[in-house]
Amino acid sequence: MNFLPLWRYQNQLIDGAIVTLELTVISALAGLLIGIAGAVALKGRITPLRWLVRGYIELFRNTPSLIQIFIVFFVLPNFGLKLPAFEAAAVALSLYFGAYSVEIIRAGLDSIPRSQVEAGQCLGLSGWQVFRHIILPPALRNAYPAVTSQFVLLLLGTSLASQVAADELFHVAGFIESRTYRSFEVYAVICAVYFAMAMSFKALFAIVGLAAFRWPRRR
Amino acid sequence: MRSFSLIDFVSLFAALRWTVALVVLALAFGAPLALGLALGRISRFAGLRWAMAACIQVIQSVPLLGLLFFFYFGMPVFLGIQVPALIAVTVAYTLYTAAFLGEIWRGGLEAVKQAQWEAGACLGLSAWQQFRHIIAPQALRMSLPPTVGFLVQLIKGTSLASILGFVELARAGQVVSAATFQPLLTYALVAAIYFALCLPLTLWSRSLEARLDGSR
Repeated sequence: MNFLPLWRYQNQLIDGAIVTLELTVISALAGLLIGIAGAVALKGRITPLRWLVRGYIELFRNTPSLIQIFIVFFVLPNFGLKLPAFEAAAVALSLYFGAYSVEIIRAGLDSIPRSQVEAGQCLGLSGWQVFRHIILPPALRNAYPAVTSQFVLLLLGTSLASQVAADELFHVAGFIESRTYRSFEVYAVICAVYFAMAMSFKALFAIVGLAAFRWPRRR
Repeated sequence: MRSFSLIDFVSLFAALRWTVALVVLALAFGAPLALGLALGRISRFAGLRWAMAACIQVIQSVPLLGLLFFFYFGMPVFLGIQVPALIAVTVAYTLYTAAFLGEIWRGGLEAVKQAQWEAGACLGLSAWQQFRHIIAPQALRMSLPPTVGFLVQLIKGTSLASILGFVELARAGQVVSAATFQPLLTYALVAAIYFALCLPLTLWSRSLEARLDGSR
């Protein structure tokens, strides 16, 4: 075991980690937008649209993320949509994250008892005020743990983008391995970097959660 | 280059047995380990609780792909001998399964009220009998839906073994796609097979959840 040859590749590792973070954040934001739109559609009255969203959720949650990335990268060019590796991975991961987000956001909205909305209406609040002050805060708190743990899974899942040669952290690992032949050492270091990133996000989310949701729970 | 024919279709389904084999191996070794982790997490000894929690945290904070590569290249370093890829892959999936199932089952065990243990103790049952006859059946009922949900995660996760060159469904898809130049047909078929495996489990998990919710 010899970790010394890896020191020269610090900059590549840092660049890879930055690309991984970009991929994660972009996919998470796009996925959350899909999630909000999907949850609204599921609550809506247009039946075909609800079926469409349900089909989308089941399709993306019951097939491997790796195959989804392959399909976006290798199959879409046949239809004239040729995306570079990073963009292809971002599209596939957004759709994957979006499918989980729809369910999480819908569950968050459903967790508010109907009577609370009615209580708000009785106080003369407008539709927007009811949503802003009565539905949104507890719905956010209820959805928060699931969203954040899904975010960490997304961070780890971006490693699959290496398989279409998007130059994120795991792809950098392959590059360093091919230069140094220190396979085990490289992947041990890469695992440690992912671990550090995942733990940092978990700590950050825990602190933000404590600060943002301070009001007491109803028992 | 050749066209997509029956033989490609057969090779995809033949590769499916390795996907199933990986799932079975991961469960066979991972489930007992998960039970150990879950029991350790609710143990009386704080040191044991922390050690188990740390193990689970570490495994859950590393990509499955990283875990696979770590053991694939690490086993010869740890043991000093070359091991077959199947063993390295099995070790990685076992730990992955143990960490996630362990956390799910701990949740189930903790959801059973403390008074249930005490009631068992009052009846003169030993700690093992309390667990076996009072706690475990209730915890099992509660953790069955997420356990089945994790099974879907695991089936999807076996696709990563393809990256180490292990010829299961996803890898067979790559091979067929490269040989026939028909990525659309091949990957659609591969996705459809995974979908056909996972959807029934997802639906089962959801119906279990709904049934449990009603009985509460």
